[in-house]
Amino acid sequence: MNQHVMLNRRAFVIGTAAAGAGLALGFNLPFGGAVARAADGSPEVNAWVVIRPDDTVVIRIARSEMGQGSLTGLAQLVAEELECDWSKVTTEYPTPGQSAARGRPWGDFSTGGSRGIRGSQDYVRKGGATARLMLIQAAANEWKVPASECSAASSVITHLPTGRTTTYGKVAEAAAKLSPPTDVKLKASKDWKIAGKSLKRLDTADKTTGAMMYGIDFKLPGMLNAAIKDCPVFGGKLKSFDEAKIASMKGVKKVVRVGDSAVAVVADTWWHAKTALDALPVEWDEGPNAKTSSETISKWLAEGLEPSQAAFVGNQNGNAMAEIARAAKVVEAVYNYPYQNQATMEPMNATALHTGDKLDVWCGTQNGEAAFATAVQASGLPPDKCDVHKLLLGGGFGRRGQSDYVRQAVLIAKEMQGTPIKLLWSREEDMQHGFYHPVTQCRMVGAFDADNNLTALRMRISGQSILARLRPEAMINGMDPATFQGLAPSGEAAIGYSIPNLLIEHSMRNPHVPPGFWRGVNINPNTIYLESFMDELAHAVGQDPLAFRRKLMAGHPKHFAVLNAVAERIGWDKPAPQGVYRGLAQVMGYGSYVAGAAEISVTDGSKIKVHRIVAATDPGHVVNPAQVERQVAGSFVYGLSALFYGGCTVKDGRIEQTNFDTYNSMRISEMPKVETVLMPSGGFWGGVGEPTIGVAAPAVLNAYFAATGKRIRSVPLRQQNISFA
Amino acid sequence: MELDQKGTAMANLTINGKKIQVDVEPDTPLLWAIRENIGLTGTKYGCGIAQCGACTVHVDGVAMRSCGVLVSEADGKEITTIEGLAAGGKLHKVQQAWIEHDVPQCGYCQTGMIMAVAALLKDNPKPTDEDIDGAITNICRCGTFAQAREAIHAAANA
Repeated sequence: MNQHVMLNRRAFVIGTAAAGAGLALGFNLPFGGAVARAADGSPEVNAWVVIRPDDTVVIRIARSEMGQGSLTGLAQLVAEELECDWSKVTTEYPTPGQSAARGRPWGDFSTGGSRGIRGSQDYVRKGGATARLMLIQAAANEWKVPASECSAASSVITHLPTGRTTTYGKVAEAAAKLSPPTDVKLKASKDWKIAGKSLKRLDTADKTTGAMMYGIDFKLPGMLNAAIKDCPVFGGKLKSFDEAKIASMKGVKKVVRVGDSAVAVVADTWWHAKTALDALPVEWDEGPNAKTSSETISKWLAEGLEPSQAAFVGNQNGNAMAEIARAAKVVEAVYNYPYQNQATMEPMNATALHTGDKLDVWCGTQNGEAAFATAVQASGLPPDKCDVHKLLLGGGFGRRGQSDYVRQAVLIAKEMQGTPIKLLWSREEDMQHGFYHPVTQCRMVGAFDADNNLTALRMRISGQSILARLRPEAMINGMDPATFQGLAPSGEAAIGYSIPNLLIEHSMRNPHVPPGFWRGVNINPNTIYLESFMDELAHAVGQDPLAFRRKLMAGHPKHFAVLNAVAERIGWDKPAPQGVYRGLAQVMGYGSYVAGAAEISVTDGSKIKVHRIVAATDPGHVVNPAQVERQVAGSFVYGLSALFYGGCTVKDGRIEQTNFDTYNSMRISEMPKVETVLMPSGGFWGGVGEPTIGVAAPAVLNAYFAATGKRIRSVPLRQQNISFA
Repeated sequence: MELDQKGTAMANLTINGKKIQVDVEPDTPLLWAIRENIGLTGTKYGCGIAQCGACTVHVDGVAMRSCGVLVSEADGKEITTIEGLAAGGKLHKVQQAWIEHDVPQCGYCQTGMIMAVAALLKDNPKPTDEDIDGAITNICRCGTFAQAREAIHAAANA
């Protein structure tokens, strides 16, 4: 990939004056004939599109690339409407500081919740279409012909009556001076030529040679390196440290108190900084949480399963309690889901240079604007003296939506003004200072009438809320709606079953361990709970798990369609190969409908071989099928790693797992064959990075029951001595 | 390697065919000497305890996790990093296969995996799936394994 060019701040200031906040994204009126320019002087046709004289098309991407491929997908959407030559497309990130100065022409930078494509497809396509119309108009003006007589394809504009042609590079300068058209018509997806195709990613080559620059690789002249230790108990404080003990160690430059809970050693190299930090005597005030453990948390959460405990209602119809009380048959089970660390391959890091009157930060972040706000706040400088320069992320999975590491880097740099500081966390720091997938337990109760019809379902979740800690402004009267992902009555994460009497509640209990967004977030536990229990209910009345579900799905045709697709593809109605057993699961999350079917074999009741997965996805639209397939297959690696190997436990107030030896991850030998069925039905835009992870664990757990007759209701499997074969 | 009075020594490393004297303590992990003292950052830090494989390099032609190799142990040996895998301006066949199969997602672990695969193919030019399962033990959190396996077979047949 071409390095993301730093944009020219001065050029943007010109654009800013005319950019009314809240206008259509990306369409600044030119100001006094001045044209906004990229750093190399090339004209900006609009905020999304810069065209160089050699016809290179630079497409601006506001969302972050962390492996999910949306950098390429978003470029495809812009290029589709722009009608440019795909072979001449390159990309660059605008900076959050520039965006703030220009009235947010690029909209939201945040890259989470599987929103990269679906959250920006409309305005980036308009960005491409608007630029195309301006380029055509510029050519028409030059030729003194009506624009309606001209058309564009592959970066060439043709005057149809005469056959005369010019290129985007030749007219970009003139186009950039035109007023943008206000009503542009977007293509129907059936007419796509660039979008909707499995084009190769734009950022692959440098990832194979070592040339790709991640945050950890960033360097500046005179840069020093920092290693950090935060209080191992969340909520604890740094009491004291004895820097004299390490002052003479090789390379050490300074020991810095960072906020009220962390200490950093700054040295010439990171290895020197880390070695000295490990030798630094530190005293902690571990605070009120120093005795908390997984056991105490589990006990507290278990109390929340009792009907007498207060709870928020996320979905209800009929009267589940009354129906359960008079049922012919009642089935009940309790499940639980642990803390999980995102464990991005690249540990947290950021480089900051604070000169006293200016701050620049370079880092990987899923949320450039939040990183910018954090950097501004920590720097003590006004926003127009700060900026954040995004670099490629070595994994995100929700972790890099938080800016704690940015704040730390800025605070250290502020103590060493004029010296660039690269802060890098050790893997151990990364494992023990995450924002963890929240912990929950769940009591499931199902009721049948005398004819074995499911008449009621009650689901009581007890446990942690992410939003209460990270986004309290998104709470609704104290309730965290995200807790009900995959279980909601309607919307982008709606339940796929109609049950005459239904009650789904959340008793909120927030332990001191920081919760965070973790690929798929609450559809991980919720789909295990619901889809495992649907299997339990089916078996309780001697029905086939697929047939049992189908009876409840008539009012949910899209959920039904993906489930049927995996059942058909895996051959549900035919016997599995000898010794192989099958399980199913479905969920809606992030606006998409997904289902998974697993084929596994089990040796000695404890060694699982996952042979084959079939996964169906209806995300409405597919921008790059090959990348969607990778997101689906990757969801099984991440989801099954969490199921088999994951689980962060708490002892003495801190996370016990410190590295990949205690928090392992799947290897190639454990990877099943994943067959992906993409079935976009149009009419809506769903995400693809996360929904499939919901079905990964329950499909395998249901197959495990089919193989062994044993129901697993607790994650991870390693704690039950079950492993990959 | 010889120590001076401060416990430092000039290590004689041969990296990608070039002899380099590095002023670094002998107990420094090779990973950090490569990244910080020599300045080649394609070799990645992932765990520091030889679990994940992101830092894989070749030491005398053998794939090793450079976070677990001390500079003193690498002294005088031939070290190849990802930056030295291409020869004569031509990408290694594993790199080419990786590009053709669009393997990387975030890409962070991929240079280490490519180094592990290149070493595998040198010793075992036509590995079976079982051979791959046994030899390639790198962690990839994005989950590129299916494309990686395809690319390994493609490189073997190139």
